[in-house]
Order: sequence, then structure tokens, then C-alpha cells
Amino acid sequence: MVSDVLEIRDLATHFMTRAGVVKAVDGVSLTVGRGEVLGLVGESGSGKSVTGYSIMGLVDPPGRVVGGSIKLEGEELVGMDNDSLRHVRGKKIAMIFQDPMMTLNPVLRIDTQMTEAILAHENVSKKAALARAQQALERVGIPAAAERLKSYPHQFSGGMRQRVAIATALLNQPAVIIADEPTTALDVTIQSQILAEIQQLCREMGTALIWITHDLTVVAGLAQRIAVMYAGRVVETGLVDEVLDDPLHPYTRGLLGSLPSAAIAGQPLDQIPGSTPSLGRLPPGCAFSPRCRDATEICRQEAPVNRYFSNGRQARCHHPLSTIALVATTSDT
Amino acid sequence: MSQSNPTVATPVEPALVKQETPWRQFVRTFLEDRVAVTGLMMLLLIIITAILAPWITPQNPYDLGTVDLMDSRIPPGEQTMEGYTAWLGTDGVGRDLYSAILYGLRISLMVGVVSGLIAASFGMCVGLIAAYAGGKVEALIMRIVDLQLSLPTILVALILVAALGKGVDKIIFALVVVQWAYYARTVRGTALVERNKEYVEAAQSLGLSKTRVIFRHILPNCLAPVIVVLTVQTAHAISLEATLSFLGVGLPQTEPSLGVLIANGFQYMMSGRYWISVFPGLALLFTIVSINLVGDRIRDVLNPRLEK
Amino acid sequence: MLSFFIRRFAQAALVIAVMVVLVFFGVNVVGDPIWMLISPEMDQEAIEKTAAALGLDKPIFEQFIHFVQGLFQGDLGRSFVHGEPAIQLILSRMGATMELAVVALLMAIVFGLPLGMYAGLYPDRRSSRMIMSGSILGFSLPTFWVGLMLIMLFAVMLGWLPASGRGQTVSIFGFETSLLTLNGWQHIALPAFNLALLKISLMIRLARAGTREAMLMDYVKFARAKGLKESTIIRVHVLKNIMIPIVTVLGLEFGSLVAFSVVTETIFSWPGMGKLLLEAIQRLDRPVIVAYVMVVVVLFVVINLIVDLLYSVLDPRVRITGAKA
Repeated sequence: MVSDVLEIRDLATHFMTRAGVVKAVDGVSLTVGRGEVLGLVGESGSGKSVTGYSIMGLVDPPGRVVGGSIKLEGEELVGMDNDSLRHVRGKKIAMIFQDPMMTLNPVLRIDTQMTEAILAHENVSKKAALARAQQALERVGIPAAAERLKSYPHQFSGGMRQRVAIATALLNQPAVIIADEPTTALDVTIQSQILAEIQQLCREMGTALIWITHDLTVVAGLAQRIAVMYAGRVVETGLVDEVLDDPLHPYTRGLLGSLPSAAIAGQPLDQIPGSTPSLGRLPPGCAFSPRCRDATEICRQEAPVNRYFSNGRQARCHHPLSTIALVATTSDT
Repeated sequence: MSQSNPTVATPVEPALVKQETPWRQFVRTFLEDRVAVTGLMMLLLIIITAILAPWITPQNPYDLGTVDLMDSRIPPGEQTMEGYTAWLGTDGVGRDLYSAILYGLRISLMVGVVSGLIAASFGMCVGLIAAYAGGKVEALIMRIVDLQLSLPTILVALILVAALGKGVDKIIFALVVVQWAYYARTVRGTALVERNKEYVEAAQSLGLSKTRVIFRHILPNCLAPVIVVLTVQTAHAISLEATLSFLGVGLPQTEPSLGVLIANGFQYMMSGRYWISVFPGLALLFTIVSINLVGDRIRDVLNPRLEK
Repeated sequence: MLSFFIRRFAQAALVIAVMVVLVFFGVNVVGDPIWMLISPEMDQEAIEKTAAALGLDKPIFEQFIHFVQGLFQGDLGRSFVHGEPAIQLILSRMGATMELAVVALLMAIVFGLPLGMYAGLYPDRRSSRMIMSGSILGFSLPTFWVGLMLIMLFAVMLGWLPASGRGQTVSIFGFETSLLTLNGWQHIALPAFNLALLKISLMIRLARAGTREAMLMDYVKFARAKGLKESTIIRVHVLKNIMIPIVTVLGLEFGSLVAFSVVTETIFSWPGMGKLLLEAIQRLDRPVIVAYVMVVVVLFVVINLIVDLLYSVLDPRVRITGAKA
């Protein structure tokens, strides 16, 4: 769609390890509209973080993006040379990582680390860059921003450090921010604060946000759309409220059912049996079939294709759960 | 939705792999690096020739009766008066270098290994005591250790040897004094970590005595870093002994180690009789390098962080 | 900060005091030096006279007290061999040793740091592996042997550089230095390199390990995500991080440089403290030995203090929490 700021089709990122090829991301398609918040949900090992890195071009060897297309505002990122990618990174897309203590260099001052993000892309004076950095800190709610600029990362609390990371990401007014579990390492109270703030900021600045997490509850309050990943593939996509109220894919249903909030007091938690598969040894057919209680023969033999439903919902399943009328089936791989 | 055959959710079980003992795993990983294997081969060769020295050399360089001044400074490959070929030449007093080198290797190796083992044992005991005693005792011991470690080895050794005089036993003593602190610190560090691990709690809850816990449980786990230190330190000890002997304060002339031989040959360097210093030097070199290669590899293999 | 300093000074003073006792009694266990200084024809009277003149006939505790008194006055006795005050003798040679050690340290940084960083950034390249093997060689080779080989190669065979002695010296601010003349550099090149070799190898290994570790850190990933050039990342982020352990180690190693100069100075006939020490040991010149040890101990203590200071300057985490503590 024209209003999509980010369009990913059939992205594949493989890791050539000694033990064999690990298909961390195996045919992922996503779209993010301008100013939209997309929640990318999955357990660890589902490939959600690697998807984020692939978009940024930050996949470390032995991993490589081996196929697919990533279009940022119409520009194709896959196959771009390193220099051009570098100009896009930090300017048009920014990323926020999970542990802010480690993402900020402990021996450099905050102002150094923020201004370098500006100076890497624009030819402005140091003074101007510092002014922008200060503004950004103020916007994320850090008091006494001018002094804070001169301090070092360890002088901040965890929540504040993450705010600095967010401010840095917003410095060049990117079109998309990818946030990789940024609140997982923080206190629950700080978590909700930061969630609210980042939501507002993105709305004000019209920045799209991909929020990567394993926590459905976070996504519920924050995102407009959600994409659920399992074993390197997207298994369900749709509007947040619809997916969470009425899941199409058995895995999504399992995730919702295993939430402590969904449990009935006194009864054992409803867990998905089995464990996440090792990505180097996936079963033939549907990757979820060994753990799915509704799996049939065809599930075990044939990998399901992505099916499209009304309201932009998609599910990759032979036997989707709901009874919404089918709109069309396309055979994407 | 079909009701037939609800799937039993069993993940795919990997086939049982035959378990390798840690020793075999260690040996196998060690041998993966060709350079280290070369080092090991060199080292074994050196050790074997040193042990067999009396049987494979044409001359016993310590037996002054067989050393003839007329044979001095013969270039490599030529015949001597005594009737054997000096493959590596002879030195300034008529000793066959090939024999002198092998005998010198014996002494150098012996001094290095013996001092290393003594220092290791002593250092380990001190380290374990420090780790277990804790409190003021530990603090005092570690202060002494730190002091010892902050002094450069060569100075301490030099002054000790100057004070004690020449002789194999005195050199070994000096080398032990210089080395023990390193072991003490390494072992104490490892012991502290091990002490907090669960198997110690388990052993203690079974009622085992403190000594037994220390020696039978903690000690074996401390051995890995000690072995690494031992190899590196042995090379260092051999190098140090050679240096001291070269400076004239080490082993006496009557039992020449490699360092003494090199020192003796120094004066002939300018006049082109290079072999008197160079060959013993090469022997020393190969010994130290091979020990270091092996020690380096052991360290890499035993270090879990570097395993890719 | 102040309390930190005071504590360190007290510790240092204690260390020096302990060393004084140890050294004095240790050195005086050495054989009777009087036999070195007299000819066999001297009769008993002459021997006793010489002994009295040098203070050797008094009981050892008296000698010790005499020594400590002298210490506070800056007098550590006279050299048995040279007749000059021992401390003066040592201090006059200290300049040459320091010059050698400083140049060696510089060589270690100039050669070792870039090579080590290169090996850390591209660990799988052949050239990197060669650098690492070279570094093993570097600290395996005994210093004296390397010195011999250097002389053989550069002085005897190639004739490019002199094999011994110090070059022309120039006086600057009261200090003699040979670094301002070409001749001076020619003379210092081999001995400084000989001394530096061990440190270069150490530096290579440190720089490589540090670089490898730093490149895996999240802040490098974050810097890349910001769109920084790889060279900028290495220069600004990685370098600053690895400097901390490197400076610490190098600083402490400086002391060992001074110590090892004993060997290098002997081989290259460099007129420094080390050569003096060796001669003193061979001739049982006790006051010189004691003076040397005292000077070196003080030097070490000073170096340790400076390294501590530097560390707090470089690592902001230490600086700020140290001040708050």
C-alpha cells in the first residue's frame, strides 16, 4: 500500500553454522503504515529479534540476509551496499535495544554518544547538535537536561538510560523505530511509564514503531496491529483487538491461554505442551504441528500457506480457528 | 475440526550420543590445533633426547678427562682430536657442543620443572588456606602475595642468588620464591569461586570434614588453571635460569646449563665463531617456545569463554 | 579523593619500611666483602683498618641503625668499589636507564597497539595469525638471547647499528639525553628494542583480546545502529575502552622494564643502573646493592600511585564512585 512506510516480503535470514544452516527468519512478510505501531510477538527463538536486525542490516556473521525484500519508503534495502545502508541506519530507521546499560558506552559521556548520532548524518556544528540533543532529552522527560548531557551512563537509573536511548533514536526523526524488548529489563512501573511516553512521542512525530516483545500484555495496550512469529515465520497478523479477542492460529490461542491473567484461580495454568523447536531441525510440514492439539495428517506433511481474511487479518494454518468468512487465499510460500 | 488422533505432543528426541570423558574431550580439542601439536612434538623430542643424553652423545662434557683444549673452537661438522665428529662444533674449552647442549638441556629442564612443581605445591597450599580461612588470615596472606607479585622476578632472583651463591639447589630455591605467589593467587581465586558452588554445600551437608572437602572436592577443580600456569611458568623459570646463568650468577661453570654455554660463547661472537652461542641459544629457544605453545593451547582449551 | 591518597601513601611507606629491613639484612648475609677488597699480602692490622674505615667491624644491629640514620639523611653509605656515595652513584646512572625504559615503552605502544588491534579486528586473517604467533615468540625468547641475536644481525653482519654504549648526549634542563642526536638514536635503537620486545608481545595480546571483546559489546552494535562509520566506532568507542586495561598493565610493566634493563644494559654496555647493579653483585659492593634496591622500590611505589591516578582519570566509573565513597 502506498501509505506503508515499511514493506517486507519473504525476508529470509539464515545462519551458516558448523552444525548446519539455521533458518532464523524463513519467509517473513510484514507491513507497517506511517505512524503505526506494530507489535511483533513471539517466544525466544522465534526469530523476532533477528527480523529486527535484518531490517537494520545488523545481522552478525555467520548470519546473512539471503532473500526477500525490505522496502523503506520505497527504497530497497536488501542488497544495498554497506555505505548506503549506513546512511539509512540511524537516520531513516533507528533501533532501541534491550539492555540500556550495555548499549551505552560506559566510558563516553552522554552528549558524545548523542551528538555523534547527529553528526554521522548531517553536517551541523557541534553546538547545534548539542542543542538538539538537549531538546531530545527534555522531550523524553529527563530533568536538568543540560547537566545530564555531561554525565556518564552509570550515573543514570535503568529507566532513565532507556529514555536516553529513545531520545537518541528520535534525534534524526526517523520514519521507523525498531524497539527490541526495551522494557523487559526494567521495573514494571517504569515499564508502563516508558510505554506511555513512547507511544505519545511516536504519535506526535508520526514515527512508525515496531515493538518486539514476548509479552502479549505489553502489546495489548500499545500496538494497533500485531504479528505473531513462530519458528522463523509469521503465523498470524491482524488488528490487536481482533487478534487477542478472537485468535485464528492455535499458537496465538495457546499464548493467550497461558497468560496468568487468563487462568482460572485454583486450576493449573494452561500451557502449550512441548517446547520451541530448535531452528536447525524443524519438522516437515507446519512447524507448530508437534505441539498443536488440533493437528492432522496434512499439518504434519505440508507447510501451510498464508491465508487472507477480512479486515487485513492473516493466518498461516491449515485449520484456522475462527469462522470469519474467507476472502481469498494466496499462495505465498 | 477432526477429532481423530489427538497428537501427543512429544518433541523430537535426539539420538543418544555416546558421552566422551572430559579427558578424551580435552585431548581431542587440544589436538585440533596443528601449531600446538607441533609444539608438543618438539617438546617430547627435547625431553626424550635430554633423558637419553648419556647414551646418545659422544662425550660427557662434565668429565674433564674427555675434554681437550686442543679441540676448542672447532667449527660444526669437523673431526675432533678425540676422534668423533663435532656436529655442532666445540666451545672455547673443547667441549663438544652437541653433548654440552643435551646435558645442559637436562639441567635446564630439571631446574625448571622441579622449581615449578615445588612452587605449585607450595602456592596451592597457601592459596587454599587463604581461601578457606578467610578474614584476617586471608587478607594477610594475600598482602604478602601481592607484594611478592609486584616485585619483578628478575630482581628478586638476582638478589637472592647473589646472597646465596651459586649452585643448583640455590637456583631452585630462588626460582621457587619467585614463582609461588602466582600459584597462590590463582588457586585462591578459583577456590573462592568453587567454595560457593553447590557441590561444596552438598559435601558439607553430608558431614564431610573441612580438610576432606578441600582436598577431595575443591582441589581437583582448581587444577585446571594451575596446569596452565605451570606450563607457562616452567618456560619462564627455564628462561630465568638461563638469564641468571648468562649474567654469571646462576649455575656454576662445572655444570653448565644452556645459559652458561651461551655466556661463554658471547666473546666469540664478534670473531665469527657464532656457533658457540647460537646453537645452545636455539636449543633454549625451541624448548621455551614449545612449552609456551603447549601451555597456550591448554589454556585456550580449558577456557570455556573462548569456545566458539 | 584525599583520604584515598593518604591511605595509599601510608601503604607505600609501609612497603618501603619492610623492604629496608629485608634488604639490609638480606644483603648482609652475603659473604664477607672485605675479602674482595684486600690483597692477600695485607696483614691483620691493615685488614682491620680497612674494615673499620668501611664500618664493617661493628655488630650488625649497629650497622643497621647507622644505615637507617643515614637513610633519613640521604646517605646510604659509600661504594666499596668506587668510593663514591652509593646513592649518588645510582642516581647518576638512573637517567640512562630511564631513557632506555621510556623509549622501550614508547616502542611497545607504537608497535604493539596497532598490531594487536588489527589482530583483534580481523582475527581470522592469515596476517593476524602470524602476528599472534610472532607474539608468542616475542615473550618466549629470553631477553638476553634476543640481544645477542640483534647484535649479531645488525652490528656484526649488517653493520648498520652500533653494538654497545650510549650515543652523544645533550643537556636539556639539567638532564642528559641522547635522544636529540641521530648518533644517540642509533645507539639506543637496539637496546631499547631488545628491552621492548617482551612488552610489544604483551601489548599485542592485550590489544587483541581487548579489541575482540569490545567489538562484541552491545554499545558497538548500538553505534552501528546509529549509522556511525566503522572507523569512527573503532577510534572512539573501542579504543577508549581498551585503553583502560592497557594503561594499567603497561604502567605496572614499566617497573619490570627498569628491572630487566639489568640484562640489556649488560649486553649492550649501556651505562645505566642495571649494569651497575650486576657489577655490584659480582663484587659484593653492598652499599650499591642496597641503594639500588631502595631506589627501585621507591620507583615502583611511585609508579603504582601514578597508575592508580591514571586509572581513575580514564575510567569515569571509578572516578565518580571513588569520590562519593
